[in-house]
Amino acid sequence: MSSNVRFTDFKSDAQPTWCPGCGDFGTMNGMMKALAETGNSPDETFVVAGIGCSGKIGTYMRSYALHGVHGRALPVGAGVKLANPDVEVMVAGGDGDGYSIGAGHFIHAVRRNIDMTYVVMDNRIYGLTKGQASPTSREDFETSTTPEGPQQPPVNPLALALAASGTFIAQSFSTDAQRHAEIVKQAVEHDGFGFVNVFSPCVTFNDVDTYDYFRDHIVDLADTDHDPTSYDDARSRILDPGKEYQGVLYRDEESVPYERSHGVDADMSDIPDGAPEDAMDLVREFY
Amino acid sequence: MPADFNWAIGGEAGDGIDSTGKIFAQALSRAGRHVFTSKDFASRIRGGYTAYKVRTSVDQVQSVVDRLDVLIALTQRTIDENLDELHEGSVIIYDGDRTTMEDVEIPEGMIGLDVPLQALAEEAGGAIMRNVVALGAACAVSEFPIENLDSALEKRFGDKGAAIVENNKAAARKGREYVLENYDEAFGFELECTDENYVLLNGDEAIGMGAIAAGCRFYAGYPITPATDVMEYLTGRIEQYGGHVVQAEDELSAINMALGAARAGARSMTATSGPGIDLMAETFGLVATSETPLVICNVMRSGPSTGMPTKQEQGDLNAMLYGGHGEVPRFVLAPTTIAECFHKTVEAFNLAEKYQLPVYLTADLSLAVTEQTYPPEEFDMDAVEIERGKVVDEGTVGEWQDESGRFKPHALTEDGISPRAFPGTEGGVHMSTGLEHDELGRRTEDTDMRVRQVDKRTRKVETAREREPFEPREFGDPDADTLVLSWGSNEGALIEAKSFLDEEGIEARYLSVPYVFPRPDLTDAVDAAEETIVVECNATGQFADLIEHDTLTRVTRINKYDGVRFKADELAERIADVLATDEGAEEATA
Repeated sequence: MSSNVRFTDFKSDAQPTWCPGCGDFGTMNGMMKALAETGNSPDETFVVAGIGCSGKIGTYMRSYALHGVHGRALPVGAGVKLANPDVEVMVAGGDGDGYSIGAGHFIHAVRRNIDMTYVVMDNRIYGLTKGQASPTSREDFETSTTPEGPQQPPVNPLALALAASGTFIAQSFSTDAQRHAEIVKQAVEHDGFGFVNVFSPCVTFNDVDTYDYFRDHIVDLADTDHDPTSYDDARSRILDPGKEYQGVLYRDEESVPYERSHGVDADMSDIPDGAPEDAMDLVREFY
Repeated sequence: MPADFNWAIGGEAGDGIDSTGKIFAQALSRAGRHVFTSKDFASRIRGGYTAYKVRTSVDQVQSVVDRLDVLIALTQRTIDENLDELHEGSVIIYDGDRTTMEDVEIPEGMIGLDVPLQALAEEAGGAIMRNVVALGAACAVSEFPIENLDSALEKRFGDKGAAIVENNKAAARKGREYVLENYDEAFGFELECTDENYVLLNGDEAIGMGAIAAGCRFYAGYPITPATDVMEYLTGRIEQYGGHVVQAEDELSAINMALGAARAGARSMTATSGPGIDLMAETFGLVATSETPLVICNVMRSGPSTGMPTKQEQGDLNAMLYGGHGEVPRFVLAPTTIAECFHKTVEAFNLAEKYQLPVYLTADLSLAVTEQTYPPEEFDMDAVEIERGKVVDEGTVGEWQDESGRFKPHALTEDGISPRAFPGTEGGVHMSTGLEHDELGRRTEDTDMRVRQVDKRTRKVETAREREPFEPREFGDPDADTLVLSWGSNEGALIEAKSFLDEEGIEARYLSVPYVFPRPDLTDAVDAAEETIVVECNATGQFADLIEHDTLTRVTRINKYDGVRFKADELAERIADVLATDEGAEEATA
């Protein structure tokens, strides 16, 4: 790890095609800052994303990266991390990617607790397919495919993470740059699966969950007496409907990452030129 | 045909059929006899008919036949199910005290041995050992030295303590003594022993062992019959070599984890069966387009849909050759014997890394779950070579950067193969994507680059054809007018069918093909033959279609899709029938 890495070192030379004003710019900048400030270098970082506006992030960041299929970024990140625990793995996704098609992987990634960071760019809408309801859209949010609103309550990702025994659960607001970067940084530093749901407004298709809406409604946990190490505090905040919190909701200080509990510490890219020396023992087992 | 002996135990699932059969198979193997086992099981945990069959000879055996010499029947159904295979003089061992066997009917001409299995087992220390009593009885019938059973019992029960082992040995002796004391007839079997030391394993285990030998360090999978044994084999063993097994939440996760590990530089694998292949199809395209080396093992079972999960079929060939949208190169390797499951697994990893593409390694249920003996030298670990292909390090990465120092993971090369850089390699930073991309991996819709990248990926197949000896295995008479082709587990039955046909004076040239794509050019062989017969376990003849496509010649198909593998004698008969029909037709037109 080199200590003189700047966050701009994580920027690629590709010009983002996100809409002007998109929340994803701020989300990405915060991720790059967090990586740089935690002493990571692009050569030792792997960024994984799926499909959708969020999926473009691998192109705009400079690191080893994989742009995967829809909803499956987390398992890819898990594979990278387990095959080489020295690599810093950051997974990015959207609310559709993470809480709809990839919901199963989300729950299992949370409970598996591999030491990586998961950032969800939550704009509460499907942007790249031009404005359909997402799992976090409001019950009465009218879209092209839900003219009377989805008429189902939105998914509460923080509650899902808590129920799945999450060890680091946080939320941030992409445009609050300093605070957002700081929260992602804590997720990177966490020993285990660091999950950050980011309010990352869609300026083109979502006229409800806008910058103004979040500015007016966000409660920063730093301004409250919230104790992130208290499960009870976390539970009561997370299950309090209609509240938009910013900050670390829960952090399990006893968290033991999967790699440590399962003894995965080798760089698996390093293998001998032939079969292992004692490989004939494997054959003799069948006597 | 060498003199062989066919034995089976059958009952309900939950009766301990599998472990009893395995103990007997192991005892035979340790006594220096060759063994081939087959299992007949239903897709349920308890109840339902299940049987474990053992064919044994001092010579190598590699298929099953329509013959049973000794049957341990725990239920009436066991006898009914095997009636066709029982013959005059077959011995049926049963326990007349058992409620399901009180009114058992022994078919005419066969010898029923009523042995109080449960009572004798209780005398030896517990009713649970009744199957071992039956094994002792079988030793008496077959004149197999019971000491050979002891070492198999030690292997099976050693972990449970010396007392359990001793009780089991005593139980076996009670069964043997009961037969010797109560039945004084000679049964006409004599199982000769030798000083050879064989290993006994199934195809799934051979694949797992091949994976470790080949340096596979990461495995992610989701349990599915009949592929689960691969994961079970690797679990607890791969860790000893610095590897790791993950039981993923589903097949989609499994292949994506394996993909991630492969991009991080690990030799990586997943294994599944047909339905799992369907679920993995989307990511398969990503693996191929991102040019990631990955071994995907498909242990086929009867389809479509959930089909018959515990039954034999070779029905997924088209799914592996053509599955996934768009056009992407992939290799399909199909080992034809249990030993070859080991060797082809090693080869699959080398091919995946040398050509940077997904490799399907496919076994069928018959290869996967049945066991066969081999001399241990068959699995020569010193002969394993690992070739990682074009991997760059910090010293060589510079040769593959553009003028701005950007790494080119999809560089256009003459052989179609680009460099690979693992994360952590300074100067190798790049992105991989399933989107069409340029040499740097950046998305592109440029028409020229699209064509050049498609051509580059396709070119790898041509390179492989030039560099790799994708040869079939040949036996029989090279000049015969009849050519018989097969793939997968049919090879064993075919080799033994040949012996039957030789006796009938029917000569043929046999080719067993372990490479489905790329595959050997069989045009000359087919052209030279008057008649080509393709043998496979599916209804439509998927491999036969390929041969017709390649050679522009009609072939005759022998298909079997009832869920049961070819038996050697059955296959011989079907081949003879085809040839007889031809002759009949010739005479009719003459």
